Amino acid sequence: MEIDYAKIGLKVGLEIHQQLNTRAKLFCGCPPALFKEEPEITFLRRLRPTQSELGQVDPAAFFEFQKGVKILYEANRATSCLVEMDEEPPHPLNMEAVEAVLTAALMMNMQPIDEVHVMRKTVIDGSNTTGFQRTCIIASDGWIKVGEKTIPIQAASLEEDAARKTGEEDGGKIIRYRIDRLGIPLIEVATAPVIYSPAEAEEVAFAIGRILRDTCKAMRGLGTIRQDLNVSLPNGALMEIKGVQELELISKVVKYEVQRQLVLISIKEELNKRGIKKDALQQQFIDVTEVFKQTRCKVIRKALDKGCGILAVKLPLFSGILKRELIPNVRFGTELADRARFWGRVGGIFHTDEMPAYGITAAEVAALRKATGAGEEDAVVFVADNEENARDALKAVVERAQEALEGVPAETRTAKEDGTTRYMRPRPGAARMYPETDIPPVRLTAELIEKVKAHLPEPAEKKVKRLMREYGLNEKLAKQIVDSEYGLLFESVVRESNVAATTVAAFLTETLKSLKREGIAIEKVTDNQIRDLFKAVGAGEIAKEAASDVFVWLSKNEGKSCQEAAAALGLKMLSKAELAALIDRVIAENRNVVDKLGAKAFGTLMGVVMREVRGKADPTVVNTLLKERLANR
Amino acid sequence: MSEEAESSGYKGAALRALKKAGCQVGDLIRITKCGKAYEGILIPRSETADAEHVVVKLKSGYNIGIRITPDVEIERVGKGAKPAFASPPLPEQKPELPRVVILSTGGTIASRVDYRTGAVRSALSASDLYGVVPELADIARVETEIVFSLYSENLTQQHWSQLAQRVAEHIARGVDGVVVAHGTDTMAYTAAALSFALQNLPVPVILVGAQRSSDRPSSDAATNLIAAVQAAARAPFAEVAIAMHETVSDTSIVITRGTKVRKCHTSRRDTFKPVNATPLARVHDSEVSMLTSEYQKRDPAKKLVLKPNFSDAVALVKFYPGLDPAVIDWYVERGCKAILLEGTGLGHVSKYCFSAIDNAVKRGVLVALASQCIWGRVNMNVYDTGRDLLALGVEPTEDMFPETALVKLMWIFGQTSDPAEAKRLLKANIAGEFSPRTLPEEFGFQGGDSHGN
Repeated sequence: MEIDYAKIGLKVGLEIHQQLNTRAKLFCGCPPALFKEEPEITFLRRLRPTQSELGQVDPAAFFEFQKGVKILYEANRATSCLVEMDEEPPHPLNMEAVEAVLTAALMMNMQPIDEVHVMRKTVIDGSNTTGFQRTCIIASDGWIKVGEKTIPIQAASLEEDAARKTGEEDGGKIIRYRIDRLGIPLIEVATAPVIYSPAEAEEVAFAIGRILRDTCKAMRGLGTIRQDLNVSLPNGALMEIKGVQELELISKVVKYEVQRQLVLISIKEELNKRGIKKDALQQQFIDVTEVFKQTRCKVIRKALDKGCGILAVKLPLFSGILKRELIPNVRFGTELADRARFWGRVGGIFHTDEMPAYGITAAEVAALRKATGAGEEDAVVFVADNEENARDALKAVVERAQEALEGVPAETRTAKEDGTTRYMRPRPGAARMYPETDIPPVRLTAELIEKVKAHLPEPAEKKVKRLMREYGLNEKLAKQIVDSEYGLLFESVVRESNVAATTVAAFLTETLKSLKREGIAIEKVTDNQIRDLFKAVGAGEIAKEAASDVFVWLSKNEGKSCQEAAAALGLKMLSKAELAALIDRVIAENRNVVDKLGAKAFGTLMGVVMREVRGKADPTVVNTLLKERLANR
Repeated sequence: MSEEAESSGYKGAALRALKKAGCQVGDLIRITKCGKAYEGILIPRSETADAEHVVVKLKSGYNIGIRITPDVEIERVGKGAKPAFASPPLPEQKPELPRVVILSTGGTIASRVDYRTGAVRSALSASDLYGVVPELADIARVETEIVFSLYSENLTQQHWSQLAQRVAEHIARGVDGVVVAHGTDTMAYTAAALSFALQNLPVPVILVGAQRSSDRPSSDAATNLIAAVQAAARAPFAEVAIAMHETVSDTSIVITRGTKVRKCHTSRRDTFKPVNATPLARVHDSEVSMLTSEYQKRDPAKKLVLKPNFSDAVALVKFYPGLDPAVIDWYVERGCKAILLEGTGLGHVSKYCFSAIDNAVKRGVLVALASQCIWGRVNMNVYDTGRDLLALGVEPTEDMFPETALVKLMWIFGQTSDPAEAKRLLKANIAGEFSPRTLPEEFGFQGGDSHGN
């Protein structure tokens, strides 16, 4: 189905978050780095929602607080100090990060703020040890050109990245967060909601991403850039979609979101047609443990053996609705299940739209319908868990079913790798911000702004022309290199390596793109490793044909050197003597051909030799040497 | 701007511009500069900040400072509403619960945030406290009294006296325990002072503070307060003590005797450490468990002995290489009754200070010595210097660390002017300030390893 997005009134706004590769974190001296090993330090905390007169306490966080949820923080000495642990006040704002944001802001024609005030944005899900995220506006009110269209940029902010969730324990009563990421500087760029199609959303994100990379301060790799999308439809709702990690996913996420909202609207129409009223959906939970006493369903059996019961609720006239597919892998039943998981800490739900299945028999379904007083036109949802969780879960299911009567509920959703989204939490109210009194305001002086202006990176169009001129790249390759994540690396590699510019450019664009398509984690290879790789190619230590093999090996063996890669792959270049011996052997083995064709045997023999040396010799050297040996025979 | 608004930190050019435009803090204003308009609520400005910027809270919630230049236009768009901090209704008091009074001396043990203006207000009344820390209602019947509203560094001997008297009055009324909410900087001094002033206590007196301000969700204030109220209501001991985090985790609160506890870190939650002692008790999962059998028992029949006077004619002189001994002469001239020397190591002060010390002793000043090592016991018999100081009449203070020794001297000279009686009191163990035995684990960073739980 082709959708006319303009006609249906789609509006998208983007918030692009990019980690900055500064020497230190935003508010302390720790390096902006993550760790993979077991934590050296752990500590347990609770966050208490602060009372506010106007801003209501965040409902989701308050709920978690009431449930006694605790947070187990993980840290190590290399990446965190007392500041991230919230055991020491923040140090002054990192000016290197401020300058990076200013650079991007000026490239987006924005007006710097005279005096920057760091704010505390209340976030009590545990992702910040303080209970708030420190953030400040550096510049506002700019624009960029994307194609012919001018996209207004509302604000460029500087904020601290949050801790990353590493797991849950004790049935969701303890949430684990790792604080290595906490405090890494993030630039946030927000556009006005003036994007009207999925493709345009991707183009705008791409344009902003390129500007951020041009500041030379953008980190590279998965997880270093995160796009949040605000997607709204006039008859749907404003949806906040968090954490799209790949640029290429943006249009897909928007497409799916539009589709999801359209199906939810049609479900609403269907439910209204069936004549369901909101108060018919009641929180009447029925214990149906008896029904499943003899069940062969493994999940239920396991829960029963642990002493859990089974609680069910009837959704009158909902039969068939729960299996309606909204987007791939997400049915209406999935939406109910996601709510149940979030509010009830359960593993999932069962419902009659998918029965009989999972070892649940038709007889059991019939008994279930009987126990809940449900007819064929009704749906029944049931949960196997302890009573408290099961009640919370079913309560959330009933609330979500009630919302279906109204259409699309406003939610914060999280983006999955396949472009679909899932319920994350209810939309928080207005941003609850108050001043960070531990950090004095920072004046952005005229001198500072002049200094940043004087060092602004080259605009992309200019750079394409210069690369064509200086390095002899064709326009396509020059554009590709400028658009790629390796635009800055390219020039230093060419300068240092003595490898032809077009070879380097083709490798950094086409080769890497195809490796990425093959599933190689290209972001794991650092800039320095790439530099070393080309230095080795330039010095004749590694054949340029073997460069991609070395690269792939490096991506799978983090922290190793090119030399180690070459040794492991058996790619050590043949010495001239070794090569000569090999050529002589090939000539001897093909004496018939050589005798017959003389010098014309060169083409055939070149092929044979190259197959044998497979990346261990430079073709031009082989060429010369083979000609020489043939001539001197 | 009205007079009231002038107290909001603006001065100079910024204040003039705001006055001209008739803007008050809290108003919705629009500032136009270089063709760009910024609209938001006028926010108060820090007193120490410059006179050139006006702070506005934008609709997005962010504050920004806008520099006032001649081409800037300010316009008042709408009148702001004052933040109204209405107190929630008092929850039903459970008559079977113990009665605990919470005395506040300043700082904010509990607070609320007005996100519209970013203002932080203390929550000090009982109903405010219940609103912010609802768990209290299940622990005790809480009453509150604001005794002072001072940063702890502004408290003096007079405040200790007043506070001791207020505590005594509440105990006389029959409360089951007293909690004193206190800024952490000088909380250990006040704890020592109350330890000497409130003798033969029938119920516990627990001082409590916070290392992270109570306006933030990660504050340690509520956890500490809950534990303090729990201990005041139910602990089996009846002493003056401090209740604060045991580690960097929110899992346990440790309670330490008021004469044996010191603030040892500028910012960590577990900043209070017992010195030459072990903690009295621990509160974990709302249970108070005793960590020692040596404590004064709770007994409502006991009669409190109140001795609330302190002298301010007592000085502390820290010895350091190159100290000018004229400082000692100066204190003597000023009429000091006692000088506490903070000596090095086992209890030493350089020879070049001897004549000043000799002069002080001869003029009737009580000269005592505690060690700047903090941990360990003074022993002036080991080296010549120590023996010489003893010969001059300097009094060693055993295993008291300097702050407790200083407060004790202040208290002693609030009780007597008689040098002999003062010396007797200095050597008497009045509030557990001496321990005859020092155990190996009573040093440094006990219980505070980074693995907080």
